[in-house]
Amino acid sequence: MLFGFPLLSLIIWLPIISGLIVFLMSDRNTQAVRWVALAGSVAGFLVALPLYSGFDTSMGSMQFIERNVWFERLNVYYYLGVDGISMPLILLNSFTTPLVVIAGWEVIREKVSQYMGAFLIMSGVLNGVFASLDAILFYSFWEASLVPMFIIIGVWGGPNRIYAALKFFLYTFLGSLLMLVALIYLYQASGGSFSILDYHHLPIPMTAQILIFIGFMVAFAVKVPMWPVHTWLPDAHVEAPTGGSVVLAAILLKLGGYGFLRFSLPITPDASHELSWILIVLSLIAIVYIGIVALMQRDMKKLIAYSSVSHMGFVTLGFFLFNPIGMEGAMVQMISHGFISGALFLCVGVLYDRLHTRMIADYGGVVNRMPAFAALFMLFAMANSGLPGTSGFVGEFMVIMGSMEVNFWYAFFAALTLILGASYSLWLYKKVVFGAVANPNVEGMKDISAREFLVLAILAVAVLALGIYPLPLTEVMHVTVDNLLEHVARTKL
Amino acid sequence: MENLYLLVPAAPLLGAIVAGLFGRQIGLIGSHRATIALVALSFIASVVIFIDVLQGNLYNGSVYTWMTSGETVIEIGFLIDTLSATMMMVVTGVSLMVHIYTIGYMQGDPGYQRFFSYISLFTFSMLMLVMSNNFLQLFFGWEAVGLVSYLLIGFWYTRPTAIYANLKAFLVNRIADIGFLLGIALILANVGTLDYELVFTHAGYLASRTIEIVPGESWMLMTVICLLLFIGAMGKSAQFPLHVWLPDSMEGPTPISALIHAATMVTAGIFMVARMSPLFELSVTVHSVIFVIGGITTLFMALVAVVQNDIKRVVAYSTLSQLGYMTVALGASAYSAAIFHLMTHAFFKALLFLGAGSVIIAMHHEQDMRKMGGLKRYMPITFGTMFVAALASAGVPGFSGFFSKDAIIEGVLLSEIPGAGFAYFCALSTVFVTALYTFRLIFMTFYGEPGMDSHTRDHLRESPWVVTVPLILLAIPTVAAGWLIDPMLFGGFFTEAIYIDAQHDVMAKMGESYTGIFGMMIHALTTPPFWLAMSGIFTAWFLYRYQTALPGKIKKLANPIYILLDRKYFIDELYSWLFAGGLRTLSTVLWKYVDMKVIDGLMVNGTARAMGWFAMMGRRFQSGYIYHYAFSMIVGVFVLMSIWLFPF
Repeated sequence: MLFGFPLLSLIIWLPIISGLIVFLMSDRNTQAVRWVALAGSVAGFLVALPLYSGFDTSMGSMQFIERNVWFERLNVYYYLGVDGISMPLILLNSFTTPLVVIAGWEVIREKVSQYMGAFLIMSGVLNGVFASLDAILFYSFWEASLVPMFIIIGVWGGPNRIYAALKFFLYTFLGSLLMLVALIYLYQASGGSFSILDYHHLPIPMTAQILIFIGFMVAFAVKVPMWPVHTWLPDAHVEAPTGGSVVLAAILLKLGGYGFLRFSLPITPDASHELSWILIVLSLIAIVYIGIVALMQRDMKKLIAYSSVSHMGFVTLGFFLFNPIGMEGAMVQMISHGFISGALFLCVGVLYDRLHTRMIADYGGVVNRMPAFAALFMLFAMANSGLPGTSGFVGEFMVIMGSMEVNFWYAFFAALTLILGASYSLWLYKKVVFGAVANPNVEGMKDISAREFLVLAILAVAVLALGIYPLPLTEVMHVTVDNLLEHVARTKL
Repeated sequence: MENLYLLVPAAPLLGAIVAGLFGRQIGLIGSHRATIALVALSFIASVVIFIDVLQGNLYNGSVYTWMTSGETVIEIGFLIDTLSATMMMVVTGVSLMVHIYTIGYMQGDPGYQRFFSYISLFTFSMLMLVMSNNFLQLFFGWEAVGLVSYLLIGFWYTRPTAIYANLKAFLVNRIADIGFLLGIALILANVGTLDYELVFTHAGYLASRTIEIVPGESWMLMTVICLLLFIGAMGKSAQFPLHVWLPDSMEGPTPISALIHAATMVTAGIFMVARMSPLFELSVTVHSVIFVIGGITTLFMALVAVVQNDIKRVVAYSTLSQLGYMTVALGASAYSAAIFHLMTHAFFKALLFLGAGSVIIAMHHEQDMRKMGGLKRYMPITFGTMFVAALASAGVPGFSGFFSKDAIIEGVLLSEIPGAGFAYFCALSTVFVTALYTFRLIFMTFYGEPGMDSHTRDHLRESPWVVTVPLILLAIPTVAAGWLIDPMLFGGFFTEAIYIDAQHDVMAKMGESYTGIFGMMIHALTTPPFWLAMSGIFTAWFLYRYQTALPGKIKKLANPIYILLDRKYFIDELYSWLFAGGLRTLSTVLWKYVDMKVIDGLMVNGTARAMGWFAMMGRRFQSGYIYHYAFSMIVGVFVLMSIWLFPF
């Protein structure tokens, strides 16, 4: 264990600083820019590893704590720390960044330094969101994370990128304003503290709890995104470049899920119980309704975006079941969804780079020309359908098990994903990959390059490893989740 | 011994990885040698384990902890008893034969290595399923065999029919898996564990509980659990009304039709129910449901087989019907008879399929029996072995199918559970139908005038040894496996593995009047099944050898019935209209109208438009003209003053 060493700061600022360096290098030597970006992102991942190896799974409180004064007059601290909930998310984020850099290697030819820089900076900022224990620090990182993504969509996006970027920004920004109001109320009520952990123990009357809960809920539900505030996501995904979609799906959506665990549940436990049925119903609607909508999509990215919303329904469902298997399942689902949706967007990117179309109808029989790609895509499509042995199964299985403890019908509707997930994933696969070569464009497609193979293979290993042996992941969450559930069971009125 | 248990599934997995990832490097011969050697190793290990189990060495232990959460601990582990040891022998034995056979059947196919990789992967998955000691691993194996089945049905992925059939198979199975998964979830939610042994010790507790799924309606928890589990079995074992995927699965290469869609995977549902006997025994209602489902499948699928002309489809519908027999046996609590029939069926049905495959090779991939005929002369080994399989399938005394089918029919007759009468009627009348379609196949294919063109006819010859040796090796148990009835059904072979409630223990009742194999065969001569089978064979001979014009006349005379059977009761049409069409319509409505018009159009962009409208209105006030501002000031002062002067 690294006592006193500011590991979390390193994890946050190393990517940001390398991002700034990449940014300043400008595009004179794009090859050098790429290598520096790769080095920065890999270093960012490597420094995050001690977080896992040094993590004390028996400890319920925060670990790797750093606390320094930031604004003394306002009681704002530079206060960092992680527990079993945030630590895996930081690892996921740090793991994803190098993959995004490699995925954009030859694909991005214009403004390379800015593209790579934006991703590195975003990576550090997102680590900051997960590690912050001070509300102002958290809020700063939270809003800061919007900027790089706004730029990524707005600059390197598709034809309708301005609409999508604006929609993405305004939607999520407006959502977070209500969170800011809630935080200011908590600041007042706690007698001038911005420490999130202080809020956890703050008694709050029921009416205020409900209002705070709703304030947080709006902010987080937009991020997740939950039904019916999900419509920004398909637009954002369709217009975003591949790397943008990967980070959006793999990490940015997790901010919403993380928020529920760090804010809503522990700060307003009574309101959470009172209103849990709303969250459960909305989650089930997301799983079933969005799953059905995904069936008829003609745009590959839209299909995966809808599938993403449907799978994130399991996350919010698991949180509000108030049992360990449901909550840990939801956590596993967050990590697994990061791997799978990221991989699927990369797969679409591979196809898009070749034919420059996202329409399913423009493909067909890809397997004849790209067998290695077809094999990897098959694995991810199956993981997306929740096949046991892949990570996609673990989270859904656990959440369905947890739902059954609460209500048969919750489990039933959640289990419908077995059909819906398989239907849209395999339908997509059938239309795009199987069949005879559909047109001369497909005939000319080349199988994946070593670079593309590397990225997809790494994700394939991750998907399989988590599916075959999820224990190392669930183990780090136990104590934190048990503490949280115990905390949520106590009234704070 | 633990290492040997691990070796059984690990060896084919290794084979699958080697052939799958390095198939190009090690080449065609390297791939089939590696996979065959490893499956053979697995088979030998299974035999050793089987002998060990016969000596009473049972095993139940975990390999590793998959996941823990709260109080829940889920482990991956093996349960080795007579039931799993029998299944391991059947799976690895048939798999080995199919591996060898594949060398001949898939010769020259560009996906040669891939095919070997898949069938080895299948063997691994199936072994994980049968060797499991917990529900999670069972579900893993369950879905993994489904995956391989999906990959293999769609093996020739450029054929539209193949990639339609594999998607259909996967999705229909998924519908059933919802039931299966919910059943598992109910077990976990109520007893907190997925370990078989622990769940079985809580069986009494589960039977004493009730559950309100529909408010106000209190149902026995055990009945609900078993029904849900049985829905899972109905998908995998292709029981009516979830049978629709199995006939279409014939789009895959014939070796996998034999291995997956006849001998092993489709019997997973039967195996699962037998494994869960301590649960199923505690709910009589479920047994009645099983009787009805099994009975319908047995009879109505056999009837479809009579009108099929595709040689593989005849065998496929025959498989459905035979699976119905096994299901009926489960309904009667004759689990051991079901497993026994599963075993004999695995041999004779694999043989029928592989024989059909041998015919298909010789016919240059023609599957229509009307274009065959007279093949007996050209393919003596294929003919001989298939004839043996047909005798077993029809239930002629002495052949394996006779013993197992007779035990089932006898068991159903003795059962007193509601529904037994219906099941008995179906099982009995199907004996006639089975003999009829089986010998129709034999006569149309091997006898009579050749119907093929002269080119094919000139090239007709017996298949190579890699094809015929597996046929001969499978013909041996097709005859002999039935003789194991003594120890397997009446020797207490499954006592440790299968629990039967004393009140409906039909096997024990049957055992009282059992007088040995020869006694059974002689006794059979006086019972209806024997005479029904004989008249079935006779009818087939009469229609397809003697009065060959008659089938055409019957077809014309009973045309509506013929169409009903030929179109498989229009179930496919109904499903694709109701489910596929319905879901597509629903999806379009939700997407185009609710999502895009109402949520995004009205609420999201509507908000943006409303903001714009307010801003427009606001802008009007900022006109820049002094008199506008002065006017609004005057209005404002007036309003304020009136409020101040007349406080309400």
